Amino acid sequence: MVEWTDFERATIVDIFSKMQYEVVGPAALARCLIVYPWTQRYFGNFGNLYNAAAISGNPMVAKHGTTILHGLDRAVKNMDDIKSTYAELSVLHSEKLHVDPDNFKLLSDCLTIVVAAQLGKEFTGKVQAAFQKFLAVVVSSLGRQYH
Amino acid sequence: MLSTREKELIAEIWGRLTPVAEDIGAEALLRMFATEPGSKTYFSHLDISPSSAHLRSHGKKIVLAIAEGAKDISQLAVTLGPLQTLHAYQLRIDPTNFKFFSHCMLVTLAAHMRNDFTPVAHAAMDKYLSAFAAVLAEKFR
Repeated sequence: MVEWTDFERATIVDIFSKMQYEVVGPAALARCLIVYPWTQRYFGNFGNLYNAAAISGNPMVAKHGTTILHGLDRAVKNMDDIKSTYAELSVLHSEKLHVDPDNFKLLSDCLTIVVAAQLGKEFTGKVQAAFQKFLAVVVSSLGRQYH
Repeated sequence: MLSTREKELIAEIWGRLTPVAEDIGAEALLRMFATEPGSKTYFSHLDISPSSAHLRSHGKKIVLAIAEGAKDISQLAVTLGPLQTLHAYQLRIDPTNFKFFSHCMLVTLAAHMRNDFTPVAHAAMDKYLSAFAAVLAEKFR
């Protein structure tokens, strides 16, 4: 089981409570598709992903980005058992969606950068460390059921 | 692969950051020390507490080297020659740390530039820092 310090718990809850999911989710997913274009392989039916502007303005990207962030919410509310919270989603990503788990890390890096841009100075090294630890647990849990 | 526009963007951003090289460099290092404690093992000979003179001067050195490389990216192997030798034979830093530092530099840029750190700028910068790290590690073996 993952051990969280009081600071880490408070930091994660705080960041997500202040977050606009419909802004941050789309921004993070769009950024991932732009910065790591090979991730577009999983979104063949999303229409126009031809360039950065198209990706940033794509409504399917926006909708999916929001969905992903709401999915993260479940981990925020279950920080003491993220592994079982995501067991089903892990199976889905492996058996049905066939997503290479390395991609989870790419998206989580983009999310970190979007949150850093939102929070500016408030996103200190200590806050970043807590946020990255949280995302690392999420990423690990999502990859857990692959075989 | 960097387009002409991306190279211009990269040179422009580092040009703007050169006057605050100390702040940017120190912050990126501090972020790395906070998120990857193993990276601190390379600095046992320095005082790396926040606002320490060592940290700021070291951060400045790194940022100025990155900014210098950005002026002519096609010449990175030439510009970085002496630093390649230093890192390979003296510092012998495990290259995974270059990745950690690059990520923390991107986070620093995002925290400073906020919405100006657009996805396009992010992509260009990530590519540049990856290329920089790869050239830096070329003489390792």
